[in-house]
Amino acid sequence: MAEYDPQTARAQVAMAGARGVTAEVLSNQPRKDVIRNTIFASLLFLAIAIALAGLCLLIGKNLVDGWSRLNLDLITQNNSSIPENAGLRNAIIGTLWIMAFVILMLVPIGVGTAIFLEEYGNRKSRITRLIELNIQNLAGVPSIIYGLLGLAFIARSPLNLGYVILTASLTLTLLVLPVVILASREAIRAVPPSIREGSLALGATKWQTIRRQVLPASIPGIATGVILAISRAIGETAPLIPLGAATFVTFTPGPTTDFTAMPVVIFNWVKQSQPEFQTLAAAGVLLLIALLIVMNSFAIWLRNRYEQTW
Amino acid sequence: MTQEERRTEQRHAGSAGDGAAGAHPAIEVRTEFQHARHSGTNEKVFELQDISVFYDGVAAVRDITMDVHRHEVTALIGPSGCGKSTLIRCLNRMNDLIPTATVEGRLLYHGEDLYGPKVDPIQVRKLIGMVFQKPNPFPKSIHDNVAFGPRVLGMKGDMDEIVERALRGAALWDEVKDRLDSNAYSMSGGQQQRLCIARCIAVQPDVILMDEPCSALDPISTGKIEDLMAELKQQYSIVIVTHNMQQAARVSDRTAFLMVELDADEKHRWGRIVEYDETEKIFTNPSDSRTEDYVTGKVG
Repeated sequence: MAEYDPQTARAQVAMAGARGVTAEVLSNQPRKDVIRNTIFASLLFLAIAIALAGLCLLIGKNLVDGWSRLNLDLITQNNSSIPENAGLRNAIIGTLWIMAFVILMLVPIGVGTAIFLEEYGNRKSRITRLIELNIQNLAGVPSIIYGLLGLAFIARSPLNLGYVILTASLTLTLLVLPVVILASREAIRAVPPSIREGSLALGATKWQTIRRQVLPASIPGIATGVILAISRAIGETAPLIPLGAATFVTFTPGPTTDFTAMPVVIFNWVKQSQPEFQTLAAAGVLLLIALLIVMNSFAIWLRNRYEQTW
Repeated sequence: MTQEERRTEQRHAGSAGDGAAGAHPAIEVRTEFQHARHSGTNEKVFELQDISVFYDGVAAVRDITMDVHRHEVTALIGPSGCGKSTLIRCLNRMNDLIPTATVEGRLLYHGEDLYGPKVDPIQVRKLIGMVFQKPNPFPKSIHDNVAFGPRVLGMKGDMDEIVERALRGAALWDEVKDRLDSNAYSMSGGQQQRLCIARCIAVQPDVILMDEPCSALDPISTGKIEDLMAELKQQYSIVIVTHNMQQAARVSDRTAFLMVELDADEKHRWGRIVEYDETEKIFTNPSDSRTEDYVTGKVG
């Protein structure tokens, strides 16, 4: 049994009081702050909710409308004037052809431009700055303008390719080039200068440094940019219409034939009067959205998987 | 690439216009350099004669005159902003990478003008390697980091052997021999810096430049790299920039003390050499009072 010590008892009482005051002060958050915080957080939530609601509405509506036609027939049957027999097969093949040529032209031109601007271009020179400004402007030009450009210069003279898949690929390449150039530049710029210095200090040439250090390190970023650019190109309808994309094609397209593409066919179905075509269109939209989600997810996975932290 | 080929290539690329002298001085050095294993020859690797460096026409260092001797560690010390890094980057023409930088004066490398009209900076950097302030391994495996230099230079021979020799030379082999394929960024900072040294000696340079190689490292890693320098100078000549006076005193044979100088209206500042001598003399009996103030810690 401890002896009673009034000094200790007083100290304990004082400490208990102090603790109470401390707890009071710490928990006493001004009401105004609480309200402000709540309002601001709700506004931010509302913003993201609106964006997501739009997407959900789109997918939901199309699921309801198009569910009955979302089956294998959709991708195994060619287009047809009889809605029961119509499918996206030749449109998908057309889109694949277009995208194959887009990738072939997009990657070397886009990455080459980015390397030049980042590694060789003198950032202070007027020409470099002019090129940069124009690339940024081009990224904002409406896609129909590219369609008209393709019509005037690629389908007709001087290139005179006609209304074929190559014309569509060239036009779409021009359309999404800025995306790839900007993404590649970001990726190249993210490689720290110390890596270039380390390579050059070993006696490597500038090109060896770019080829063996800078490019491998920036490939994840470049690939992400390319995938995002292609997923944009896949969904483009407007620039293809002036290029003579046939809305009704029943044969299998090749590089130099008349052509069509998925969004063009869907666009055509929506215009038809029969309700069966509306169902088909909804199913087509779902397919396109699924494709885009897969591609973008792959791009995100690629970026996270191979991203180098310096 | 064999020694023979390297020599031929060097002659081809770098005989900066002294037809009379015949062989490239750097070549003679390379043939005999295996024999000279003692420290402190009187042979000069670099002769700096009134070197000034300008960025956009503004001087960063002025009128640097000093000789760097073979198989020695030469330290550059001085306060921040005195142009130590600028100066060391002249020695392997890294300053060429900065478009606004200009170098004046004469810089002889084994008697050859390093800034001569026919000298290719790429060839210079093959012979004069560099280790940087912050470890900068490539985002590749440990093996590929070391093999990168020999590969781009086209060196012949068993790459695994070259890599092992370089890693042993940098006192890193025992720590990494079981994980040569893991990413270099999985190593500690001190190991990364020794990897950078291994990468540098893998191409068998003549000189190693070190720009504050320990400033980002802990004392234990620093100690390892300092021990390493004492070994490396048997084979290579080393120039080291350091802001750590004790380090200069520990590792170097000669020390140059640089200081910041201001012009009359205090608008411009540049570095200038105050004193250059044997390290022992600099730290025990300097001839300039400013050196004494700095090494004793009164200023700086």
